[in-house]
Amino acid sequence: MRHLLRPTDFTREEIGELIETAQDIQAHPEKYAHVADGKKLATCFYEPSTRTRLSFESAMIRLGGSVLGFASADSSSASKGESVADTVRVVGVYSDIIAMRHPKEGAPMAAADKSPVPIINAGDGGHQHPTQTLTDLLTIKAEKGRLSDLTIGLCGDLKFGRTVHSLITALIRYENIRFILISPDELRVPDFVRHDVLEKNGIPFEEVDDLEEAMPKLDILYMTRVQRERFFNEADYIRLKDRYILDRSKMKLAPEDMIVMHPLPRVNEISVEVDDDPRAMYFRQAEYGVYIRMALIMKLLGLEAPKC
Amino acid sequence: MLNISGIENGYVIDHIRAGKSLVIYDLLNLAEYDGQVAIIKNARSKKQGLKDIIKIEGLVDMDLNLLGFLDDNITINVIRNGEIIEKRKLTLPEKIIGLAKCKNPRCITSVEQGLKHEFILTDPENRVYRCRYCEEKYEEENR
Repeated sequence: MRHLLRPTDFTREEIGELIETAQDIQAHPEKYAHVADGKKLATCFYEPSTRTRLSFESAMIRLGGSVLGFASADSSSASKGESVADTVRVVGVYSDIIAMRHPKEGAPMAAADKSPVPIINAGDGGHQHPTQTLTDLLTIKAEKGRLSDLTIGLCGDLKFGRTVHSLITALIRYENIRFILISPDELRVPDFVRHDVLEKNGIPFEEVDDLEEAMPKLDILYMTRVQRERFFNEADYIRLKDRYILDRSKMKLAPEDMIVMHPLPRVNEISVEVDDDPRAMYFRQAEYGVYIRMALIMKLLGLEAPKC
Repeated sequence: MLNISGIENGYVIDHIRAGKSLVIYDLLNLAEYDGQVAIIKNARSKKQGLKDIIKIEGLVDMDLNLLGFLDDNITINVIRNGEIIEKRKLTLPEKIIGLAKCKNPRCITSVEQGLKHEFILTDPENRVYRCRYCEEKYEEENR
């Protein structure tokens, strides 16, 4: 039984197949409307999320399946002290596949060790968020036409931003990838990303704190939100939250074909005046998220589209 | 010079970093062991200056290789009938289960009941272990 816990759980070839399926789903949604008839997805969300959970639910419904689940730890037996392992053993009886979000890092792996059905990590603390990564890869492939030969600027909270860690880990498997890591000193990428992922694999990267200086060099600018819920200290959050704000004047420094991505939700790090810029890709990115999750559910459940 | 009698059958855990013998005593759960155990702290060593030594009487079944996780300079002499029959040099184990704790307060191991802390050797050259769940590095000073 396969799970998706980390972005590298799938080979580069498997990710290529997922992207291909997702693009076919986008082009021919009717072909996939009954692929998961009778199957049930459980969304076990121990911390609040709007788009990831709804994206999973939308994906399953579009495949003809149905959904059940809970949307916060308060409304689950976790509030009574039940372990993740016990919860999935039970929920695995009610469903065919589980998407789990949990504030504790590694919780989906602890769940996968005991689960009778495939587990999808839908975000675990500040650690990994592999389905966002698949979404990002599909967006890049669809909008830039390639996953290699790219300079990617990652900006904002690179320390706690799990989407950033997952994306870096996934992208280094493609040729000629360079990173410009734009953040204040306090929010630099953690040690496991810098040493084990970037340095160990000889990936070119620079760490800077000036967004404007980096802009002209980028093929992709990936903005992130400084996440209040990851800080133990409110004063640090307030000090760092407005450090980078992408606005129209900064966009003038960017190449014509650069794209702006953001995992959403945004707070104020991208000014709304940028939304109309054709390079702003973040809302389309959310749409791609549904297609790639449909492809992922199909893969983990071993489902195929009818040949027609 | 302190004299501690030799052992007939058992283990001598030698070249322990000075001051670390009690950590090993705890790790091997020797408090629960009924046989004789001697802990020698701050013994003089030509190689190390000072070192600790633990002597355990009895060839009990213990996974002593796990000590390589703490310090791969440690040597283990296996004694049978008063003679050293094996000098075991430790290597870094690939996996450590239940011996050390992940210190990351955001890790699932900090709250999940019954979940054993598990570390994987990710970089043998630099002796780096990471938590299997959250990938937090196990810090050397905790060893």
